[in-house]
Amino acid sequence: MSDSAKNDSGSNGHKYVGTRQVRPDGVDKVTGRASFGADLHVPNMLIGKVLRSPHAHARILSIDTSKAEALAGVKAVVTRDDINDLPSEMVPAGEMMVNYRDITRNVMAREKVLYEGHAVAAVAAVSESVGLEALSLIDVAYEVLPHVIDVMDSMKPDAPLLHDGMITQGVEPAPEKPSNVAKRVEFAIGDVDAGFADADVIVEREFKTKPVHQAYIEPHACLASVAKDGKAELWCTTQGHFVVRGHCARLLGMDISKLRVTASEIGGGFGGKTVVYLEPVALALSRKSGQPVKMTMTREEVFRATGPTSGAHMRIKIGAKKDGRITAADGLFHYQAGAFPGSPVQLGCMCAFAPYDLENARTVGYDVVVNRPKVAAYRAPGAPIAEYGAECVIDELAKKLGMDPIELRLKNAAKEGTQTVYGPKLGVVGLVETLEAAKAHDHYKAPLGKHQGRGVASGYWFNIGGESCATLNMSEDGGVHLVVGTPDIGGSRASLCLMAAEELGIDLDKVHPHIADTASLGYTFLTGGSRATFASGMAVVEAARDVIDKMRERVAKMWDIPVDAVIWEDGHARPASSNAGAFEPMSLAEITAMANKTGGPLVGNAAINAQGAGPSFGTHIVDVEVDTETGHVEILRYTAIQDAGRAVSPGYVEGQLQGGAVQGIGWALNEEYVYGEDGKLQNAGFLDYRIPVCSDVPMIDTVIVEVPNPTHRFGVRGVGETPIVPPMAAITNAIEQAIGIRFNELPMSPPKVLAAIDASRGPLADAAE
Amino acid sequence: MQYESPTSIEGVVALLADNAGDIRVLAGGTDLLVQLRAGMVSPDLVVDIKNVRETRSIVPEDGGYRVGAAVSGAELGEHADLKNAWPGVVEAAELIGSTQIQGRASMGGNLCNASPAADTVPALIAAGAVCRVAGPGGERDVPVEEICTGPGKTSLAKGEFVVSIFLPERGERSGDAYLRFIPRTEMDIAVVGAGVNLSLDAAGVCTAASVALGAVAPTAILVPEASAALVGTKVEDANMDAMAAAASAACRPVDDKRGTIEYRTKVAGVMARRACAIALDRARSS
Amino acid sequence: MSRTKIHVATTVNGDAVEFLCEPPQTLLDVLRDELHLTGSKEGCASGDCGACSVTLDGRLVCACLVLAVETTGHSVETIEGMADGDNLHPLQQKFLEHAALQCGVCTPGFLVAAKALLDVEADPSETQVRYWLAGNLCRCTGYDKIVRAVLDAAAEMRAN
Repeated sequence: MSDSAKNDSGSNGHKYVGTRQVRPDGVDKVTGRASFGADLHVPNMLIGKVLRSPHAHARILSIDTSKAEALAGVKAVVTRDDINDLPSEMVPAGEMMVNYRDITRNVMAREKVLYEGHAVAAVAAVSESVGLEALSLIDVAYEVLPHVIDVMDSMKPDAPLLHDGMITQGVEPAPEKPSNVAKRVEFAIGDVDAGFADADVIVEREFKTKPVHQAYIEPHACLASVAKDGKAELWCTTQGHFVVRGHCARLLGMDISKLRVTASEIGGGFGGKTVVYLEPVALALSRKSGQPVKMTMTREEVFRATGPTSGAHMRIKIGAKKDGRITAADGLFHYQAGAFPGSPVQLGCMCAFAPYDLENARTVGYDVVVNRPKVAAYRAPGAPIAEYGAECVIDELAKKLGMDPIELRLKNAAKEGTQTVYGPKLGVVGLVETLEAAKAHDHYKAPLGKHQGRGVASGYWFNIGGESCATLNMSEDGGVHLVVGTPDIGGSRASLCLMAAEELGIDLDKVHPHIADTASLGYTFLTGGSRATFASGMAVVEAARDVIDKMRERVAKMWDIPVDAVIWEDGHARPASSNAGAFEPMSLAEITAMANKTGGPLVGNAAINAQGAGPSFGTHIVDVEVDTETGHVEILRYTAIQDAGRAVSPGYVEGQLQGGAVQGIGWALNEEYVYGEDGKLQNAGFLDYRIPVCSDVPMIDTVIVEVPNPTHRFGVRGVGETPIVPPMAAITNAIEQAIGIRFNELPMSPPKVLAAIDASRGPLADAAE
Repeated sequence: MQYESPTSIEGVVALLADNAGDIRVLAGGTDLLVQLRAGMVSPDLVVDIKNVRETRSIVPEDGGYRVGAAVSGAELGEHADLKNAWPGVVEAAELIGSTQIQGRASMGGNLCNASPAADTVPALIAAGAVCRVAGPGGERDVPVEEICTGPGKTSLAKGEFVVSIFLPERGERSGDAYLRFIPRTEMDIAVVGAGVNLSLDAAGVCTAASVALGAVAPTAILVPEASAALVGTKVEDANMDAMAAAASAACRPVDDKRGTIEYRTKVAGVMARRACAIALDRARSS
Repeated sequence: MSRTKIHVATTVNGDAVEFLCEPPQTLLDVLRDELHLTGSKEGCASGDCGACSVTLDGRLVCACLVLAVETTGHSVETIEGMADGDNLHPLQQKFLEHAALQCGVCTPGFLVAAKALLDVEADPSETQVRYWLAGNLCRCTGYDKIVRAVLDAAAEMRAN
């Protein structure tokens, strides 16, 4: 269980921050009352369905929708002609950038289909069954082209070319011929060659990973309604409705301000719902049919047509002196971007060696397109892949040096002032604290049996801030409507209420959170980058201080004293000292009850671009047991340790650690996309895309370390993403200890493990005794 | 698609025999509805047999049990006597999918869907189960291993359906077990399945044995060579090793997203051996 | 193509209910789209995720694997029937106390499934709980707090 903040009273003298409370949206979620993306019904609505490419790579010669349009019950059909073609323009979408030229083509194919599942046309009909029949009546003529699936194959000179004009960026001089390599990035500090020359021990390894999907349980869903005057409403499940509004308006040639987007409750995102798929299509269908259009993806569509994260091929080399001091680290990363550029290879390059204080380091990355769905962010995008390789090499280095793997990390640990490979120096961070906590934990000392092994790995994610607004609307009875713009994907609205209650000094149950639609609050960037508690939290605190100042002004007027003589304490306005006068303190409820008599409604506002997000480091320990006759790996015990800065809601911070760890377990052992020779996905469902089930994992113990982030009122660091970074390497390292075999490919599924065991018969009997 | 729900065996047969087009029998629906939704099948008519009494009952008969083809895995597991007599068959049925799937999935459906990886089939074959088939020509008995003829194909003629499955009397000093290998701990389709049924005499010598494997050939297979390695022995380690080797040797699997030829062949031996150990234990303590 | 609908009379959460549906429509389709009981969720429509868990005559099933027409004369219980008016079921209460939900979309399925377990086994072990719930996928929580909540609810229900 967690060794962190107490239950009954908050941490550090806080009344609410750091406590375990029932979340405000909890009752609706346990009774089935909460509305997710597919839960909305409106009168007169149509059902939208999408026609998708059966080919991995093909030119579209013609699309004939006439028979579909003639079918009774079909009210609209859209193709590329109904979505704007947009020129190249990069815009932020979460922690990655996207290009409008690519988004419009991903939403609806234009010249070519670039992956099996690529949307080609869509219909709106009176029922699902009519819609499906209409799809079967759309005739698309394709010129099938050769396809390429693997990242290294796609870099070969004779590989089928996905985009005629793609010239690799980041290479000097620029290549003359187009290729599938969209971009090359490089980061470097010091002199790696000198560093390696100086090393006593060097480990160099190649690693391969497969694409894995975020696998949120709720498929994409939306409901669009466009009125005759061009004003539109969109309900959708998304991590960022303001971002959705911007993308949809561009793709449909609408004014942004004419589109109001409401975020439903979201059934999981993990980065995969920071992009648009159905939403522009639903709007186009609604505009054309004159009726509301509801669209949902089937699970199969989610797998065939929405972004997983990249698969990768990488080479990592690390050198150290005999005493364990790392002298150089070098990484070469090839990430698949899917059909359009934009893999998180740059982020991977930035994070690969982040847990280490290095003088000499270099990371080089290639962003490569292949005929697969365009990748989307997945929880610390890019970092889990890169750090998996680095943390495995560190472990191997520790073994070669005869050092304990935690000791090796402590000897080189990143800390305040560490120069990152990507530029800035780290501020206050808590990696060392997580390593010490791991070393001291019972788990690290527990005995192991035959074919059992223990592995450790650390992880890093920088987290982001960003545009965030908050409004506190005070009602006459002392209640507070807390209005924010970040959809709640992990429990953030509970934390925001705690922060508001803490700052205002009132009871938690007086604070009522709302996630506003795009018309009702200022621009707020999406929920991602572990920013909601941090950045919305910052805005909430600022809005609370704003309304406190306003309340002090009201009271000052009532008492006829200067506003500086009024202080706010424990939810009350009081005279600053006895000199100010003998006035009875006034509670928030008393003040708001008189608002209209003292000047009008009381509202607190904040509109910020939150800066100073604090990175979060984590260290995980895992024990495994390998069935050497079948290759099955069982997770026996797992401990996730992470620096949360300040755990506003410890229960939910623990949940992030546990959820991320289990996603990592799936990534390590069983999750992968299986493609046939024909470039078609063979496991587009939860039966054969194997995420961990309840019986696959033990309890996930957690330790929350708190090294407060100095830039935030409560010391908050984002926590949601780092937990998925360490598991894959920790498990690889544990398997190595269990059976003496070091894997360098993911997933480590039973057939691979058994094949490796059989190939190495002999040393096995002595392993880990 | 039309839906009918007759209440008698004759009613089912009439619908199956008299209608043209693609007709599917609906028992638990845990295969049919998945195929329907995926567009793999588009039946003109679905005949729900669950309102036919004989498909839903478990009745003692001749020392054994007649189990309705549409009895769910959950119901099988709740029948203490059946579970006691044929624990391998019941545990096979209870391994299909999840608790929710077992609330509906039936042995009849699992058998007639004829997936090479069906879990109940190896256990039923090893048990020597016999199907009662009803059709236009009346009723006939068919050994369960003669039902599946290939992936998705059965030997049933037009108008025929499986009404019930007969499990013979459980003799003294005998036991059965079913094990399968899956990558996770639940929910997966079997990569390899092994059903073992064996009987011992008073001296502990094996007098009869059946070893059947699933997911290693187009249909589940009975492996006589594996049985032969056990009969007449005291089923010691060396005998079980020989049995496992025979099991592996009999495999004719394919490479697919659930397993490679090499992997299935290896693990078939491992699973057969482990299932044998459990069956042996049950035989010794029965 | 003929889309003649069938009239179905059944019981949902104790109430007599009637609806029209096409034969291929599942119970899940009808619960959500005809009866507007959207507490049961579609995560996969193939019986692999458990988000649509309901009980049929007291038996835990996936609503996506039951044709709506099959429910004639039977009784369906969904998440909407779990609380007793104002009073949450102990499982619902424990899920809240243990923070056993993050996004909440899998929660109705887990609650229905867990209740079905406690209806037949009052004192399950952790292993029994995990295997019973293996058909309910959760991507957010890693299952830890869900299992703790179920065990805690079981303990409380035994004590009362």
